Parts: sequence; structure tokens; C-alpha cells
Amino acid sequence: MNPHPDLTSSVLHGLGWYYLILFTMNLLWTVRSFKVDGEFDKRTPVVGGIPVAAVWAVLSAILLMLSAAHFTGGSDPAKFVIRLPEWFKNPVDAFFADPVVYFAGSVGLFWAMIRFREWWIRESVAWSMLQASLIFMGLSLSDYDFRQIVGKPDNVPIVAMLFIVSFLTWIYFKRAVENDKRIADGRPLVGSDDNDKVLVWPDLVYTELICMVVLTAGLIFWGVALEAPLEEPASSVKTPNPSKAPWYFLGLQEMLVYFDPWLAGVVLPGIILGGLMAIPYIDFNKAGNGYYCFKQRSFAICTFMFGFFPLWIALIVLGTFLRGPNWNFYGIYEVWDVHKVKAANNVNLSEFFWNAPVMSSFFGGLPKGSSVLTILVRESPGIVFIIGYFALLPPILGLTILRKYFVRMGVLRFLVFSNLALWMAILPLKMLLRWTFSLKYIVGIPEWFFNI
Amino acid sequence: MSVGDYIRNSQIWKSVFRHPAPTDRRNRVVVMLTNFFLHLHPVSAKQQGIALSYTWCMGGITFFLFLVETLTGVLLMFYYRPTLEWAFYDIQALRDVQTLGIMREIHRWGAHAMVITVWLHMYRVFLTGSYKPPREFNWVIGVLLLVLTLLLSFTGYLLPWDQLAIWAITVGSNMARAHPFLGGEGPGFQLLNMGGYDLITNASDAKFLLLGGRFVGEATLNRFYILHCVAVPLVAAGLIAIHFWRVRKDGGISQPL
Ligand code: HEM
Repeated sequence: MNPHPDLTSSVLHGLGWYYLILFTMNLLWTVRSFKVDGEFDKRTPVVGGIPVAAVWAVLSAILLMLSAAHFTGGSDPAKFVIRLPEWFKNPVDAFFADPVVYFAGSVGLFWAMIRFREWWIRESVAWSMLQASLIFMGLSLSDYDFRQIVGKPDNVPIVAMLFIVSFLTWIYFKRAVENDKRIADGRPLVGSDDNDKVLVWPDLVYTELICMVVLTAGLIFWGVALEAPLEEPASSVKTPNPSKAPWYFLGLQEMLVYFDPWLAGVVLPGIILGGLMAIPYIDFNKAGNGYYCFKQRSFAICTFMFGFFPLWIALIVLGTFLRGPNWNFYGIYEVWDVHKVKAANNVNLSEFFWNAPVMSSFFGGLPKGSSVLTILVRESPGIVFIIGYFALLPPILGLTILRKYFVRMGVLRFLVFSNLALWMAILPLKMLLRWTFSLKYIVGIPEWFFNI
Repeated sequence: MSVGDYIRNSQIWKSVFRHPAPTDRRNRVVVMLTNFFLHLHPVSAKQQGIALSYTWCMGGITFFLFLVETLTGVLLMFYYRPTLEWAFYDIQALRDVQTLGIMREIHRWGAHAMVITVWLHMYRVFLTGSYKPPREFNWVIGVLLLVLTLLLSFTGYLLPWDQLAIWAITVGSNMARAHPFLGGEGPGFQLLNMGGYDLITNASDAKFLLLGGRFVGEATLNRFYILHCVAVPLVAAGLIAIHFWRVRKDGGISQPL
């Protein structure tokens, strides 16, 4: 018998419940989208001659049948037909099992999220996207390897986080787009006509109480449903492969692919925290304090979201779900094969420079020797690059394209701001250089443990 | 007189709650002023500032999770001995033997949830521009709270003393070894030497300080235990108090001017 069956009867039952929940959600949604302003009415919204609610009713019916099929088809799981076909899984793995595609995809998604915000905040669009992702989850859960990694108890919170973050971002954009419009028309902000002072008892205290009860119930349910992991007793000789940091640090661990530990593990985290603390002191824009908006603060919002989505959450997802043995990249349906090898033949900037035909014919290749001077000469291209990047670029930017900011911020504030921005750009930059030129280090001085 | 009225009129009840039930306007004000837990709040607030759709209640949820962690954490401490001999088996017993074993699940899932809600709280504060004057400094305190939350989670990860725990901490603490100047394999550590002897070696660097040894071992378990159960929670509780104080003193939850 196959030791790793895609489907077992307990999985089928679980999925049956899953689709039953989706069915209930969509049933409620069908009723909701039939109503007009919360009332049953003959003027229900229609697209192309069909009531919108009918579309959701069909989806609900399909989900109910899916659920029933999973409950009744459990006797012979091996023959069960509703599962992702190989012709779907293999191309998905082949295409996405690549950090380049993944990262480019997450940046593209980020761009689309902002660019098409007015489209996707619409309730029917957002609901369709939610349903699509839930059904995708359900179908994928029929795959053994997907379940292995997504179903790990410690990884469940990450999946939950993705849904919660998306929901809250949707709430944000919905409010912000509405407020943007009102600001443009000179109308008062959302809710400002209904903003009297109210007593905290009961208006706030009750909300908090309900929150606490719901949370307590949720935590107890979660605790009963999912056992906390406990692996074998610690052993300092058996190194697991891969060895992963706790999930909330996997963004940092991912940076280790591109930078040495002193940068990825010490300097960059320090800069992230310092940069976060500096935000209130470098953001000179007075608008948008105390309400949701986008247009008045588009630069600040985009920058923060770029840090939060592609550079933090997407890297955590990458590190958790897609990095396997030897820190290789694996597709979501791919077996974690320890023997998967990926040739990494990365080259330092100094080698590019001194081994270039012109340079090597003049100077005879990479300078050899271990004196301080030879090392500095050898690495001079990278050192010049780094100094140019952090010392020359800020004033140049300040006098040209960022002049507007420079004038309003003043010298010190602008220098702090531009250096932080450059630090933030350094990870995507190094990624790009790695993928295009197989660049290993910009400055590589292993003698001093100093590699950039 | 009903039993309820009898209780509410007894001397004991009245000594605890110094005013009638908050059913009318006056007593709803009084309750906020006289109750220790409620006095964290103002008596009244702008409706939109306390709206769930504005704050997402994320700061409050984070605080609630902090309290849940404290409570379940104290209960877990009754069952747990931080030694190489017992740590793992005490945790295993929580799963297999102890009635209150579910506390471990709640503690662990609560910790994950708290990391997430801190991020979301920060996200909300950023999106509403609430870090802008006069609340700049409270944002800074918030970032410190974020660090402490991650530290709490990180130090707790080691305590079950299973394979997951020690290797995650090993990966994490290897970063300390690479600390510039202060790490035994970091850039510039060779500059710190006296008469030709390195001051920073792998027995005196930042990683050693963190682990209490060159590898994750018994001393590390002890250090992380104390950090996790005493030191970090105390600092976090203090900072949370300041954070709340500042929310009030900076003019309450932010609102359009
Ligand atoms: C243990 C962690 C934390 C706890 C328990 C906490 C708790 C709270 C609570 C209860 C509020 C009242 C409003 C609300 O619920 O949103 C608040 C407001 C605030 N928090 Fe936090 N917080 C924490 C971490 C942070 C972090 C990480 C930041 C930012 C980096 C932050 C920045 C702020 C600011 C600026 C306000 C004022 C918001 C406003 O007036 O609209 N806090 N916090």
C-alpha cells in the first residue's frame, strides 16, 4: 500500500466538513445578495438577465454536492476522483518552484492590489476572490505533500494570518477609497456626521467584553482541535534538514540566502527596527492623521505596504511553505526530496571585475595576497559601489528627483530617510543581482568576515 | 426582596462596588472612575474613535492575549522544570497525563496569535496615520513592545526542549555569533584585542552571552526560562502600562482634527 496516500477516509471526511462550511457561507451570501438594501424585493440585482443571487445559488449547490460526495465516497479513498490532477500540479510546481517567479509574482500582486483597489473592494469581487482561494485550498488539501506542510500545527496560524490580513486590507481600502472620494468632493469623512462623545460604559466596554468572550472561545476551540507539536527529545547530534527558525523569523532567515549572517541577522533587523521607530520623525506629511485615506499619503502607504507584504509576509510564506531540505526551493505539491541538487556557482563582484578580459590582460587577474592593501585593492570595485550607494546616492537623489522631499525635510531628516529607503531597497537589489549575474558578494573579504 | 437585591445591599458587596449598578448615566460615569480595571479608559470618547471598524480592537486584543499568556503561563510553571532531565518529559506529561494539559495548547496558540495581532495593530496604527504628532513617542514605545513580543515568543520556543526547539534556537542564535565587533565570527571582532589577545572569542562573544555556553545547552535553558517567565514579561508589562498611559495623555485614540 502507498505509505503516502493522497487521500484517506479521515481526510475525505475533513474535506466534507470543509465544503459544508463553504456551502453554508455561500448560502447566506446568496440570500444576502438577493436582498435590496437588506429587504427582500423584486428588484434584485441582475447581470446579463440572470439574478446575481442565482450565480451564488449555483455555487452553493455545487459545494453541497462536493461535500456530500466527500462524505459518501470515503469507503475506497484510493478510487476517489475529486482531487487535483497531475497535469495541474506538475506545471504549477515547475513554474512556481523558483524564487524569481515567486518574488516577482508577489511584487506584481502588490502592485495590482494598489492599482486596482477601486475594483477589488467591491463586495462581489472580494467575495469571489475569497471563495476562489478557499476552494483552491480545499482542492490542494487533497494533495499529500501540500497537507504535510500546510497542515503542520505551527503553520496553521500563518494560513489564518493570510486570510485575516487580506480581510483587514480590504476593510482599509474600502474606507480609504470612500474617504478619498469625499475629500476630493469636499464632503465630510465617513462617520463624521455621527461622531458625538459617548459614554465608554456601555459603548466600548461591551465591545471589549464580547471580544474577550469570542477570543476565549476561539482559543479553547483551537486548543482542543489542534495539538501543540512535540517532536523527539532534543539531540545536539541529529541536525534536522531543513533547520528552520520560528516562523515569524523566516523572513530574516530567507535573507541569509542573499546576505551573510552579520547583515541578515544583525544589521538588517536593527535597521528595520530603527527605521520603524524613525517613521514618525521623518514623515512630515500632516494629512491623514486619525482617519483612513490613501491619496493624501500614497507614498507613505505604498512604502509601508511594500515592506509589509512582499518583503515580510511573502518571505515568511516562502520560508515556511516553499523552503525544504538544504534550503532548496520546493513547489507546494512537490515531495521534499533531500537529494534535489541545485548548482550554485556564484561569483564575487571582484572576480567579475579583475577577470574581465581588459582588466586581466593589464593586471593579470584577481590580486593575490593577504596584506591589507591587496585586500582593499582587490575589493575596491565593491567598496566604491557601496560608498557610492550610501554616501553619494542620497545627495544626488535629493538634488534631482527627490528635490521636493529634500526641500521640505531638511538635510538631516532627508539623509536619514534616504538611507533607510536605500537599506530597504538593498534586499530586492541583491536578489536581482543574484538572479541575473549570479553575484555572490559585492564586497567579499572572508579574511575579516566582512562580506556584503 | 429578591436574592439579587439582598446580595447587592449587603455590606460585603457594597464594600467591593462603591456605587449602584451602572444602569443610569450618573453611575455609568462613576463606574469608570472607581473601578481599577475600568479606569484605564476615559469616561467618554468619540464614537468613531472607539468604533471596531476604526481600531479593529487590535491593541486591546493584543493586551488580552498578553493576559491569557500570563495566566496560562503561570499554570504551566507549576508543571514544568527547566532542566535537561525533566523539561521534555514535563511537557510530554502535559499532553499525556495532566488534566490541565490543554493550557499548553492555549499558551502556544495564544503566543502565535499575539505575534500576529501585534503586527496587525501596528498595521492599523500606520494606516490611520496615528503615529503622527502628538503620538510619535507612543509609536516608538510600540516598536519596543513589538520586539518584546517577538522575544517572548522566541525564548518560549526553546522550553519544550525537543528537536524543533533546540534547532530553531540554534539557527536564531547563530546570528549573534556574527554580530559586528561582538560576535566571534563577525566582522571587526579582531579589532577588539589587548596585547595580541582577542577579547572576543567564541567563549566570550554575544552568542556566548545569549546561550550561557558555546552551544544550546542546560545553561541556555535556564537563561531562556528566566527571560521568558520573569525578565521579558516584567519589562513588557511596564511598557504596556506606559503605552496605555500615553494613549490617554496624547489625547485619546486618534481622530480627524
Ligand atoms: C504588546 C503590544 C501592544 C499592546 C498591548 C498595545 C495596546 C494598545 C492599545 C490597547 C491601544 C488603544 C487603541 C487600539 O486598541 O488600537 C494602542 C494604541 C496605540 N498603539 Fe499599541 N499596543 C502594542 C504594540 C504597539 C505597536 C507594535 C505599535 C507600533 C509600532 C503601537 C503603537 C500604538 C499607537 C501609536 C497607538 C495610538 C493609536 C491611536 O491613537 O489611534 N502599539 N495600543
